[in-house]
Amino acid sequence: MDTVDIEKGIVELIRKAETDLPKDVVESLKKAYEIEEGVAKTQIEAILKNIDLAKKTKRPMCQDTGIQTFFVSVGINFPNINKLKDIIINGVRRGTKEIPLRPNTVDPFTGENHKDNTGDQIPYITWDFVKGSDVHITALPKGGGSENMSKLGMLKPGVGIEGVKDFVVSEMIKAAGNPCPPTVVGVGIGGGADLSLKLGKKALLRPIGKRHEDKKIAKIEEELIKRINDSGIGPMGLGGKTAVLDVHIEKAHRHPASLPVGIAVQCWADRRSHMIIHSDGTWEVK
Amino acid sequence: MEYHLNLPADKDEIKKLKIRDVIYVTGKIFTARDEAHHMMLKADKIPFNPSEMALFHCGPLMKKENNKWQVVSAGPTTSSRMEIFEDKFLEKFGTNIIIGKGGMGERTEKALQKFTGVYTAYTGGAGALAADKVEEVLGVYWLEELGMPEAAWIFKVKEFGPLVVAIDSHGKSIYKELKK
Repeated sequence: MDTVDIEKGIVELIRKAETDLPKDVVESLKKAYEIEEGVAKTQIEAILKNIDLAKKTKRPMCQDTGIQTFFVSVGINFPNINKLKDIIINGVRRGTKEIPLRPNTVDPFTGENHKDNTGDQIPYITWDFVKGSDVHITALPKGGGSENMSKLGMLKPGVGIEGVKDFVVSEMIKAAGNPCPPTVVGVGIGGGADLSLKLGKKALLRPIGKRHEDKKIAKIEEELIKRINDSGIGPMGLGGKTAVLDVHIEKAHRHPASLPVGIAVQCWADRRSHMIIHSDGTWEVK
Repeated sequence: MEYHLNLPADKDEIKKLKIRDVIYVTGKIFTARDEAHHMMLKADKIPFNPSEMALFHCGPLMKKENNKWQVVSAGPTTSSRMEIFEDKFLEKFGTNIIIGKGGMGERTEKALQKFTGVYTAYTGGAGALAADKVEEVLGVYWLEELGMPEAAWIFKVKEFGPLVVAIDSHGKSIYKELKK
């Protein structure tokens, strides 16, 4: 298997995410443009122009190219499972130079920038093992401004789902313009502290407009979208109708004494891309 | 209202700006995030003249080609992180236009009123669009010590915008209004 060729595939995966926003996000921003006016419209207009320019010139749409984050689903019959981690890390190094990416990995103690977007625990890779022989990788480069608005609430179970909803709405109003709205909000409910945040981040992988398959949860998602948008925060926190493009909820069973709520926020640059590596080493990026 | 300003802007030009006006600036701007603010406030001498430039909260993505720096993507970073420095910064350096995103707090609001300055919002994440308005990279300071995102970069820009006046020199702030 030509591992260098797959590393080049990782570069294309990252390039695609950084320069070409998924269709569902662009469509949703275009809808926002239609309903906004005044200052809010100028913001969405600049965003749409920026998306176009980035795609045409194959340049990262945002200077914050994020912490490189991957969700990997490995078919257990894939022949080179032991090489995948190195392939991804080398791909990130290569992509930092070739795309290029902003060097975004800083040692928390020394402040030193590692300069190649790798470092302790980074790139951040979530592994999952499934039947089959293909590997599916989703890239979700995660910017700092939106990540800083993440929240964990260890709520009292007595507040119920109404309490969960109020928590999400009030945190997003507090975040205001900081996470570059209109945002996509991922809400993980249940599990423990870490699992709720993880579910929140995983919820960001769902395309915009796609509702949770459980109708009760789908309805809550719709309610949250409406309540956050009605707050008037608007694009970039400058006022308007669109503060979120979508809210996605994922759940896990919880401990009787705990009601964890993990909120993960993604800026309008909801960058996602997908790659399949086949068992013969050929790959495709979508 | 829409205004097209050449930098440095004088006091009268700043005073006429009201929240929700849109401006485009031409001239020199410098980038400074947390670390550069910290460094510049500590330093006795600065190797460039911040008073003739706009301050841009930005950690750009740059590349060096044929020994010359070029901007790849350069949108604003979250301004609220600089709230703890900005009033002292405006006082020390006399900068009167801030470009950032997400808004700033009461301390900066008061300083903008006292020293006659404005805080303007550039669309967050619109990095490619911003890079397109940079004509030339005039210099970079503290690149080795602070790294690419945190260094102070000096850009020559043309018609850089649209910048929404979000806090003006009369004590008005879009963010404050929306909070009510």
